[in-house]
Amino acid sequence: MRWSEVECTDVRELRGPLAVVGGVTGVGWDEFVRITLGSGERRHGLVLEVDRDLAVLQVLEGTAGIDPTAVRVAFASSPLRIPVGPGWLGRVCNGRGEPIDGGPPVFGAAEAEVGGTPINPVRRVPPSEPVLTGVGAIDVLTTLVRGQKLPIFSAAGLPHLELAVQIAAQSTAGGEEFSVVFAGMGLTHADASFVRGALAERSAAGELVLLLNTADDPVIERLLTPRLALTVAEHLAFDGGRHVLVVMTDMTAYAEALREVSAARGEIPARRAYPGYLYSDLASLYERCGRIRDRSGSVTVLPVLTMPAGDITHPVPDLTGYITEGQIVLTREAHARGVYPPVDALSSLSRLMRKGAGPGRTREDHLDVAAQLLAALARARQVRELADLIGRPALSPTDLRYLELDEAFQLGFLAQRPDENRPLDASLALAWEVLRTLPRGQLAMIPSELLDRHGVA
Amino acid sequence: MGAVTPYRILRVAGPLVELACSGDIAMHDVVLLGDAELPGEVVAIGGGVATVQAYEYTGGLAPGHPARPRGGPLRAALGPWLLGGVFDGLLRPLAGAGDRLVPGGGSRADGRTWRFVPSVEPGARTDEGGVLGTVTTQAVPFRVLAPPGCSGPVERIAPEGRYPADAVLAVVGGTEVRMAAEWPVRTPRPVRARIDAVEPLHTGQRVIDLLFPVALGSTVAVPGGFGTGKTVLLQQIAKWCHADVIIYVGCGERGNEMADVIAELAELDDPRTGGRLADRTVVVANTSNMPMMAREASVHTGVTVAEFFRDMGLDVVVIADSTSRWAEALREFASRMGELPAEEGYPARLASELAAFYERAGAVRTLSGAPGTVTVLGAVSPPGGDLAEPVTAHTERFVRCLWTLDRELAYARHYPAISWAGSFSRDAAALSTARARSGDPSWARHREQVAALLTEADRLADLVELVGLTALPDQERISVLAGRLVREGVLQQSALSARDAYCAPEKTAALVEAVLAVAARCRQLVESGTPADAVEVVDFTPLLRAREETGPRSAAGVAARRDAVLQALAPGGRP
Ligand SMILES: Nc1ncnc2c1ncn2[C@@H]1O[C@H](COP(=O)(O)OP(=O)(O)OP(=O)(O)O)[C@@H](O)[C@H]1O
Ligand SMILES: [Mg+2]
Repeated sequence: MRWSEVECTDVRELRGPLAVVGGVTGVGWDEFVRITLGSGERRHGLVLEVDRDLAVLQVLEGTAGIDPTAVRVAFASSPLRIPVGPGWLGRVCNGRGEPIDGGPPVFGAAEAEVGGTPINPVRRVPPSEPVLTGVGAIDVLTTLVRGQKLPIFSAAGLPHLELAVQIAAQSTAGGEEFSVVFAGMGLTHADASFVRGALAERSAAGELVLLLNTADDPVIERLLTPRLALTVAEHLAFDGGRHVLVVMTDMTAYAEALREVSAARGEIPARRAYPGYLYSDLASLYERCGRIRDRSGSVTVLPVLTMPAGDITHPVPDLTGYITEGQIVLTREAHARGVYPPVDALSSLSRLMRKGAGPGRTREDHLDVAAQLLAALARARQVRELADLIGRPALSPTDLRYLELDEAFQLGFLAQRPDENRPLDASLALAWEVLRTLPRGQLAMIPSELLDRHGVA
Repeated sequence: MGAVTPYRILRVAGPLVELACSGDIAMHDVVLLGDAELPGEVVAIGGGVATVQAYEYTGGLAPGHPARPRGGPLRAALGPWLLGGVFDGLLRPLAGAGDRLVPGGGSRADGRTWRFVPSVEPGARTDEGGVLGTVTTQAVPFRVLAPPGCSGPVERIAPEGRYPADAVLAVVGGTEVRMAAEWPVRTPRPVRARIDAVEPLHTGQRVIDLLFPVALGSTVAVPGGFGTGKTVLLQQIAKWCHADVIIYVGCGERGNEMADVIAELAELDDPRTGGRLADRTVVVANTSNMPMMAREASVHTGVTVAEFFRDMGLDVVVIADSTSRWAEALREFASRMGELPAEEGYPARLASELAAFYERAGAVRTLSGAPGTVTVLGAVSPPGGDLAEPVTAHTERFVRCLWTLDRELAYARHYPAISWAGSFSRDAAALSTARARSGDPSWARHREQVAALLTEADRLADLVELVGLTALPDQERISVLAGRLVREGVLQQSALSARDAYCAPEKTAALVEAVLAVAARCRQLVESGTPADAVEVVDFTPLLRAREETGPRSAAGVAARRDAVLQALAPGGRP
């Protein structure tokens, strides 16, 4: 970044994460800002508004400890740009992109604006190949597709971080070059070190970029972390030809930071005091996934969020659901039964799965097996409700088989160790095993020829 | 574009830009901001300051930068190139714009030409809206008309030949007429008269064509929580409905969805013209990460394009997915302007803005005298699925049809998840006359019977949950069965099905007739003493599979399966 020659010293007001400086000329909206404190400490910010000779700044590291009479502000005359390129691979940085792995600052041959630019919709290629995560529940039932955005909806106390890390550690794209950018926002130090430890191997292999904003880092910095992650990812994908998976956790912490800035600016709030532009802001992140015509890479986005009080109608999961292409939902019930990953198969859906799985993509029987398994689980749920009403002994023999199927599904299919990388063939084999709990007549969604081949009597 | 001295920018806060102005600028005038000439529109003037809503990312724009009024409001460039194309919210073509959209980009001239055939002689008199000739396009009878306000003798008319869109094809009463035209997007194009909307728009979706039909020129809102099927339903209609031109406005939604709809339309053939479906479609793509204020403009540009084709005497359908994102753009800008918020932060004018948008639909007698229609279908995305929220609540009041998507139905994979209890069509009565005229006199009666069956089955479903099915009297058990046959045999329709994604009116009629006939036979059986148990175990699968197993127009195939089931229910054929 190149900084203005003249630094401005006329700081008129400090309020929450905002600073108002006077006497500026020629400063544009959304420019990046460098703030030098009396102590020589450097902070950064961006221009939220310019009004005649006043500029309102959002200070990324927060305003704590800033003395308005002893501070200098320089302007970059461009939005925040960061170096991009393979130099990021294998690095561990904080939420602002500064190394915390003891290495030198990250360099790159090129620079890019962290805000990104919209992909031209006519240049997009519809996603059509899978990312395999090695997690059976996801690969078989809600296949992640290259270029898709698919969130994990979780709740406090559920193992979503474990699952996110497992996916980040294991995912592959059929032997093609694959990288992961992991952006942690508002993580506790314990969580952050768990993430570092669990992903150390992938990092050492030069396949991972780790950006960690911890809970005690300035809240506002969280607004930057996912943008850095996506900017790095876009370059690795669309210029470097890699398939890149971006894991962003926890988006609820991100949205809270957004709400905080909005409140400090005195904006009119919409639902639950979140700003009215929460949808568009989240979309400006999630929509950066995709594939582009005549370019070989892809960006796949996996946001993780905790639903406050488990409420799926809360603005963060709700607006996320309106942007993403499906969702993977975790439930307390399965978790309480000790099942990991506690995926609620019936409320989970990958809207692009039809395009990314099946013959020529994963396996010929995949879509039929998934559809049949989901239909059977839906029936099993009805039977369970019925059993609660009229008692188990009153169920028909077929209904009882559905209860068995449910049991087999939870323990024999869903359950997996957090360090177990299950190949798709093994996952599908387990799915067939679960389906065999039912009599053949109940498996009408699978062609009989496939049933024969898989030994269903 | 006069040589006006530029104004100076005073303030920039995202899409809100203020200029020092001393006159010579009118409300809704277009202003070009900064050296990059980013387009914006004046939304307020007062105290020597004009407030502009910018349609592009304003990063780098600073106080002191110049701003040039372009004179006049935001206009859409209209012409034959629209068909088969994809455009941004200001109707600038996206095809030539590169992988990434950068502010200030956009080109128009692509060197294409079209064949023009004149239909008037020099010297003839024509009125506004008069047809001067036709332009050959792949799928749509494109007519060149004397523009609104232009009448007089035809002073010049071009001979048959190929011309670029901006060539002068005629001069009428001193006015030059081209294939290309411009129109201010916020002004409805004039018509001779509004007429009653009485002809059905066949959508090819059974639950709609049967229970909640829509007339050509009518308005529909489709509210539903995320994942309930709004986009799939509207895309199905874009593909299969019997309209001449489809305007698909992707308003603040997903880029991948736009890529998908563009790819699919390009692959599909139009059963009515033999061309590609894309050739009768105009796509306006303003995805959620594109500039928010262009989203606000996009619905207006969309209906303006629709009116342009309507004026040629065509039936046009405008699909806006999703109007909630448009309303959010309104809210966003109102809040930056410091407008007093009403419900949930939306400006108090939300209701009138929605009403004005839907009012641009209608069946009309165009200036040329020919009938034409614009039908508007808007998706609504209520936060938290809460149908009482302002956008849904207001929209419901202004539309003639409401197709409410139900999360429970979607969850149970009953698609399209249109709730029969929560939807309505105020066109149904008028359309029953049209159906009777076009050879389906029993449509209204069948519709009533199906609706009654569904209501009865819903009432009983609550009971069954409490006491179990076997506790019901036999007659009511048959009602439960009939409800299931209607839901699974008629209403469900998968968009992914090769044979059933589209359903012709005659097949819909046949399916309804078949299910009603089977239900009536079942009822007769229990009335004459057969226990409900024995009826329930009959194999109804031929009837339930008829929709999937027969072709989209095969009324005969449906009838054969109906007969097979009736046979099984015949006194001698019972198991
Ligand atoms: N008619 C249908 N036939 C088959 N599947 C359907 C149908 N409608 C919806 N679906 C399924 O539901 C998913 C979600 O549908 P869709 O994208 O239309 O939802 P939406 O209401 O537009 O959601 P959002 O508000 O998030 O955009 C689809 O990906 C598809 O799997
Ligand atoms: Mg949608």
